[in-house]
Amino acid sequence: MSARAYEAVIGIEIHAQLLTNTKMFCGCALSFGDEPNVHTCPVCLAHPGALPVTNAEAVRLAIIAGHALGCEIPERSTFHRKNYFYPDLPKAYQISQFDEPICGPGRFRYLTEGGEKELGITRAHLEEDAAKLIHVGGDGRRAGAEQSIVDFNRGGTPLLEIVTEPELSDAADAAAFLRQLRLTLVQLGITDGNMEQGSMRADANISIRPAGSTGLGTKTELKNMNSFTFIERGIQAEIARQTAILEAGGTITQETLHYDPVTGEIHSLRSKEEAHDYRYFPEPDLVSVAPDRAWVEELRASLPESPVDRRRRWVADSGLSFEDAEVLAETRELGDYFERVAAVAPAKSAANWVRGELRAQLRERGQEPWESNVTPAALGEIIAMAEAREVSMPNAKAVLAELIANGGDPRAIVEAKGLGAISDEGELEALVDRLIADNPAQVQQLRDGKDKVIGFFVGQAMKATQGRADPGRVGELLRERVRE
Amino acid sequence: MSAPTDLTATQQIAAVRAGEMTSAELVDAHLARCEDDRWNSYLALNADAARARAREIDAMADKPPLAGVPIAVKDALVTRDLVTTSGSRMLEGFRPLYTATCVARLEEAGAIVVGKTNMDEFAMGSSTENSAYGPTLNPWDTGRVPGGSSGGSASAVAARQAPWSLGSDTGGSIRQPAALCGIVGMKPTYGAVSRYGLIAFASSLDQVGPFARTVADAALLLSYIEGRDPMDSTCVGLREPVCVPTATDLSGVRIGVVEELMGEGTDDGVRAAVREALDRAEHLGATLVPVELPNSRHGLSTYYILAPAECSANLARFDGIRYGHSSADTDNLTEHYERTRAEGFGAEVKRRIMLGTFALASGYYDAYYGQAQRVRTRIAEDFDRAFESVDLIASPTSPSVAFPLASRTDDPMHMYLSDTCTIPISLAGLPSVSIPCGLDAGMPVGLQLSGPAFSENRLFDAAHALEAAIGFDTAPPALEAAA
Repeated sequence: MSARAYEAVIGIEIHAQLLTNTKMFCGCALSFGDEPNVHTCPVCLAHPGALPVTNAEAVRLAIIAGHALGCEIPERSTFHRKNYFYPDLPKAYQISQFDEPICGPGRFRYLTEGGEKELGITRAHLEEDAAKLIHVGGDGRRAGAEQSIVDFNRGGTPLLEIVTEPELSDAADAAAFLRQLRLTLVQLGITDGNMEQGSMRADANISIRPAGSTGLGTKTELKNMNSFTFIERGIQAEIARQTAILEAGGTITQETLHYDPVTGEIHSLRSKEEAHDYRYFPEPDLVSVAPDRAWVEELRASLPESPVDRRRRWVADSGLSFEDAEVLAETRELGDYFERVAAVAPAKSAANWVRGELRAQLRERGQEPWESNVTPAALGEIIAMAEAREVSMPNAKAVLAELIANGGDPRAIVEAKGLGAISDEGELEALVDRLIADNPAQVQQLRDGKDKVIGFFVGQAMKATQGRADPGRVGELLRERVRE
Repeated sequence: MSAPTDLTATQQIAAVRAGEMTSAELVDAHLARCEDDRWNSYLALNADAARARAREIDAMADKPPLAGVPIAVKDALVTRDLVTTSGSRMLEGFRPLYTATCVARLEEAGAIVVGKTNMDEFAMGSSTENSAYGPTLNPWDTGRVPGGSSGGSASAVAARQAPWSLGSDTGGSIRQPAALCGIVGMKPTYGAVSRYGLIAFASSLDQVGPFARTVADAALLLSYIEGRDPMDSTCVGLREPVCVPTATDLSGVRIGVVEELMGEGTDDGVRAAVREALDRAEHLGATLVPVELPNSRHGLSTYYILAPAECSANLARFDGIRYGHSSADTDNLTEHYERTRAEGFGAEVKRRIMLGTFALASGYYDAYYGQAQRVRTRIAEDFDRAFESVDLIASPTSPSVAFPLASRTDDPMHMYLSDTCTIPISLAGLPSVSIPCGLDAGMPVGLQLSGPAFSENRLFDAAHALEAAIGFDTAPPALEAAA
């Protein structure tokens, strides 16, 4: 059987740290990189008699996330205890959710170059993170370490776990979905989405089956991938591994795997326990969450347009390319800036200027457009002048540079510096005639059909006019004259 | 003139306020009895801090409401810097980082904690014989148990080592020892008192409540510990403030009598004492109405699924890594867990952890835990129905008086049966008080009165009227003989 005879079935689980000030069930501050064990209390250290109290802000963020994922928000949501012993879990149970998650089923739409796609969201639930184990001695892994020490600062960090339906069949789609999901959550202020620091992590459940069949093969779980590229490559590698096994007549073992991005290899991870029986049962220390329905609706209504919707609108209504829209939607601020420019200038030109010239010029200053001297209105003005050929393109860029350096009004800059395009046709004609007279060799080349030489003449014209000539018009006149 | 230790808490407060007695005198008098602890009521004394606090309060012109009167606290409640063990080897020498909300409220109101009282390990037991630090003895007969799990808190009050105390009740752990020691013990409505700082046994059942020698003292104590707590989201407080009861009759009060609990399985002497108390209730104007609680017979089996299930998770934190007992020289993590817990926990605790772990296991969950939850709902519905036609429900607190030491330790089922009358009420989350109502062969018998959720004031009023009519003498004769 060839590799094409199989199709993959992929589901994703995402853990996103919520951007609350305090932990999920106690008042300890959330922070990254502080001294170990300074953000702890009887609750998150599981001292005798301590009780959890649900963080209301985490609930609010989870509901907003649910709305953004197109999820139902059930009337009632409860917490469960997930029991297992490990030193990073001080209560020896994790407070999580089981059959009544904060967010019910939903669908998330995302864009690919092949068009818009949709992925079913099974659920999203709240839980607390474990503490951080540090293995000392050996090579830093648990096996062979001399000792393991625990930093409880991270213990109890609020997490939103998002589980998708196993509806993906393609690693690239999985990566596209995750990129847009991340962007949506980041732009809503739900998580900082920092994958390197682990504030967003993704696991993939992967199985393969004969193409066209409906059954499910044995799945493996690819754990904790911390970049979209690795996720895509990891899934590809796992599909290839499973395909090779089946083709060789073998069987897939259900196991937890790790993708090594350096070697591209897949390793089996030893699980925490041999047999997982988490003995879930309802958390008796917490009352159920029953969010006020009017408030839930209020949160839904106040949801800003998602980056995915923005991209879709820009492409459909404003004629932006897939790539333009993708780049401009990268941050809410950039998207907002673009929209304000597009309000006073043609959208396509606005997109080109914002993601092209403006960002290029600002890069060396380390500035973002919305932080710069260039107001969207001013950039719109520059674009409008360039489109109307009131300034040449090189001079339009010069006006932008001046604006970045010193601020001001684009028209005033053009006026003061005499950068306006030559609008007197007679003046341009005289210039072209002079260039023809001065450069007989190049004129001959043009006559011989070497169109490239037009660039030479345009350059000369710009030089002679300090960029005020309209390069297009110069070319046209040149052709007219030479052809005559 | 009676000894200061014979005074009720209310009388002690009045005496200090009237300038007839100082807090220091009260604290000293009680500490003297605590130090001579022939009943093993206490696991730790707070002598120095208590005396210092008494001097502080005595120096105040404007005294706090509880005026420096002593109190004993069950060792299941954490007290900052004061060793708290929950009766377990696992927490030997453990000094908590914080104080339980209910204790902190009492201290703020001017009560002085004289010591921590003995208990069945992690509140699991009905005789205080499961304490890792030896059993507590009943002040009425030192050959008998004081009941449990709050046996130390009950015996301390009965033996005049404290005028009142705090206990915790999961399936009867306040009411049953109160009955067996001839004092008043009250379990509030679930959610009335904060559990923050109560070392958990079964979270959905645990409630802190008062022991005292009078109903009025018990009500006064509850008034200081009940109330919402931002640290316990299951705690909603009472709907109306606790009033110190003054009722002297029961006219118009309909009392439901649970005939199932007055028949087989209940000792004749207990039944007789309870009947007599009910006759007095009728004389005081109450109407007696037989009530049926058909599902209550499943109470014990339901309880012994749910409570162990919760405890199996609640006690999992004792892993020897952050605090408490930690087994030395183990080779790997699994061995460390196993040995720490094998050494730190006693037999009954291990039995319940194993029961609970089994009840929650995949494949058994629905048949055990799920089924028990459904029965729990039925039991609560029985009470709801009963309270449509009665105001209160009466029964014995315990089917027998205090039993001899070691007589049931080898027979867990027999031991569990001593909570048959109290457990259904716990499962329904209802308030319930036990008052002494007579003697059976020289040992006290408890009458249990229970009401609908948040009916504490009604309950205290009825208990107060009956208490006066019964006229029970809470002083154990053995105590006088020993003194």
